[in-house]
Amino acid sequence: MSMPIVAALAFVNLILPFAVHATSSDELAEIREQMNQLREVYEAQLKALEERLEKAESLVERNRTQIEQRDPQPVVVQARSGGGLTNNAFNPAISVILQGSVNSYSKDPDDYALPGFQLGGEAGLAAEGFTLDETELTASASIDQWFYGQTTIALHDDEQDTEVEVEEAYADPLMLPVGFAGRFGRFYSDVGYLNRRHTHTWDFRDAPLAYRAFLGKQYRDDGVRVSWTAPTDIYVMLGGETYAGRQFPAGESESVIGDVQTAFLKLGGDIGSSHAWQAGVSTLIADVNDRDGGGHDHGSGNSESLFSGDSDLYMADFVYKWAPQGNPRSRNFIFQTEYFYREEDGDVQFTEGTSTALLNYDGDQQGWYAQAVYQFMPKWRIGARYDWLDADNHLNVVNLGDFSDPNEVIGESGFDDEGHDPQRYSLMLDWSPSEFSRIRAQYNRDESRAEGTDNQWTLQYIMSLGAHGAHEF
Amino acid sequence: MRHFICTIILLLAGSLPAQAGLEVFACEPEWAALVGELAGEHAEVFSAVSAFQDVHHIQARPSLIARVRRADLVICTGADLESGWLPVLLKRAGNSSVLPGTAGYFLASDHVRLLAVPRQLDRAQGDVHPDGNPHIHLDPHNYIPIASALSERLVELDGQRRDIYTARLADFVQRWETAMADWGKRALPLKNTPVAVYHDAWLYLNNWLGLEQLATLETKPGIPPTSRHLSALLEQMKHSPARAIIRAPYQDKRAVTWLHEHTGIPVVQLPYTVGGTPQADTLFGLFDTTIELLLGVTN
Repeated sequence: MSMPIVAALAFVNLILPFAVHATSSDELAEIREQMNQLREVYEAQLKALEERLEKAESLVERNRTQIEQRDPQPVVVQARSGGGLTNNAFNPAISVILQGSVNSYSKDPDDYALPGFQLGGEAGLAAEGFTLDETELTASASIDQWFYGQTTIALHDDEQDTEVEVEEAYADPLMLPVGFAGRFGRFYSDVGYLNRRHTHTWDFRDAPLAYRAFLGKQYRDDGVRVSWTAPTDIYVMLGGETYAGRQFPAGESESVIGDVQTAFLKLGGDIGSSHAWQAGVSTLIADVNDRDGGGHDHGSGNSESLFSGDSDLYMADFVYKWAPQGNPRSRNFIFQTEYFYREEDGDVQFTEGTSTALLNYDGDQQGWYAQAVYQFMPKWRIGARYDWLDADNHLNVVNLGDFSDPNEVIGESGFDDEGHDPQRYSLMLDWSPSEFSRIRAQYNRDESRAEGTDNQWTLQYIMSLGAHGAHEF
Repeated sequence: MRHFICTIILLLAGSLPAQAGLEVFACEPEWAALVGELAGEHAEVFSAVSAFQDVHHIQARPSLIARVRRADLVICTGADLESGWLPVLLKRAGNSSVLPGTAGYFLASDHVRLLAVPRQLDRAQGDVHPDGNPHIHLDPHNYIPIASALSERLVELDGQRRDIYTARLADFVQRWETAMADWGKRALPLKNTPVAVYHDAWLYLNNWLGLEQLATLETKPGIPPTSRHLSALLEQMKHSPARAIIRAPYQDKRAVTWLHEHTGIPVVQLPYTVGGTPQADTLFGLFDTTIELLLGVTN
């Protein structure tokens, strides 16, 4: 503000010599006098202005410190690229899960088997040594007013190649009547407790044996779900799904409405403020067409068993969680158990080389696991798990084909229960520096195979980047 | 099997309870209390979180899903505070009338200015909230705009009780302003009092009362204290001591007790929210008690 006055003074000083030239000494004295007066006035005004400036500056400073006291970190408007020009603000929530491990087995992991159970899906063991387990990329967002969408793309190695897998890709309609929820596309089934949860949220490094045996680790397929939640104080949820039936325990899809149907009922509630529980029963009925053992059954060389028939699975699950006054931050406890019962009935076509035999197969199978995980201090948890399976399979060779020994055919078919009940004991310890990272050590005494005990050691990491995933109960 | 399921659905649907007022699902006790002030007996209010639970870390329990399923209004803080669990409840409950964007979904943080908006977003900074510090309920000034917006929402959802909601809002605002003037006077001696806190949950209280926060016991937001950080704090407290260590009922006691034992600085457990102490049974009680407890240790 003082700029014009300074400029004016400079101007006066500049023209002064020329003015002096053109006048007499009297006039000169007069002009000097006037100049001095002028200079005094200007100087007084200048001083006043400088004082005002100083005052204003200190006021601004005071305001700023006041603002800073109120607001330690000043508000900064986030730069959003593009504004009206690009769509970046509508980008879906994106998260990436990094998982890897180092594994040691005392028996050859390629020979892994559960006698009496055809292994499908991803039921095998992780590779020995250092391995990248699975890298998951998830994107989710509201599609519009009517739909919500989510997809998870998983990358994992199979021998030398990296496989890309659409793990889930589904949409949820949001316009259904109150209480109803739906889903269509490819997604994990809501049967059981663990099935619909992604592996990185599990409390142990590997699937319960029952999940390996009955669901090929986890059942997901292409289909439709409808569920309904009751308007009651206690949580009551009923639902059903129909799936194409291309995934284990089904085989090839042969009907338009799907070869796999599921139904489930879930109940849950609180007991006081420290205890919460959830219980469920569910069933998965599959019309199986030509189901083979899947890609992980490397043991039996060039032989193949194709099962066609009915596979009816019934499950019950129960979960109990404790947290002092409902605050799981420092300490908490989780108990979880599931029971499986399955009836399978149909034909098995066994092929080795050019020879084919036909068997009649009738199996009654069951299994359960129970696990407990205790967080004894922030970041640290310990856990123990027990697994048990039992298969009671009846096999008759209907047509021996070119084979000579029916017992050999039964033994090689992959359905022979060998009179052995697989079981496994597991211990784990994990450390989670934050919500987004976890390092876990686990030991399994694995008696899956009839031939003896496998001591399995694992050190695993799970890292989560990007959007904050919400945690299911 | 399908006939069986249909029968059960019909049976359950027939036994629905007849409803009197609005059913409100509040994420936190302070909003439950505010709905109570504004709607009185015309709303049945449920609070998902108690003062003894860490609102950042709530398990999406089945009982909470059941509550959201029945709610006419879901009221939460927002600003990412409930992002670990509220989305699961909304997704599992199948109640399209309380989804984001509908009248049944109300976020308190939409109606006030948030403090401490981070300049950069990086998880290496701990559990930062992109929209700013979400613990807005500890500045009583924030309740006036929130209450006005909430009252409008109640009218939108339950128009036949418009007069009741309007009258209750006017009454609440008047009582609240009187109370705020009183708290302001009583809290004058607290100005510039240096304090240490467990988690940065007290920013709005500090701001209102002029408390000077010297340190947090957490190394970074949401990351539990480490022994190295605590020893550094001990050193800091020797040079510039705090007058009190502030703790919420849900926060870990051990680190706070350790610092107290090594420095002699008194620990004050503030209610943090409604229900945090027996005296803090209403919003008015919350601030009355908070000021009383602070005056108690700093005088």
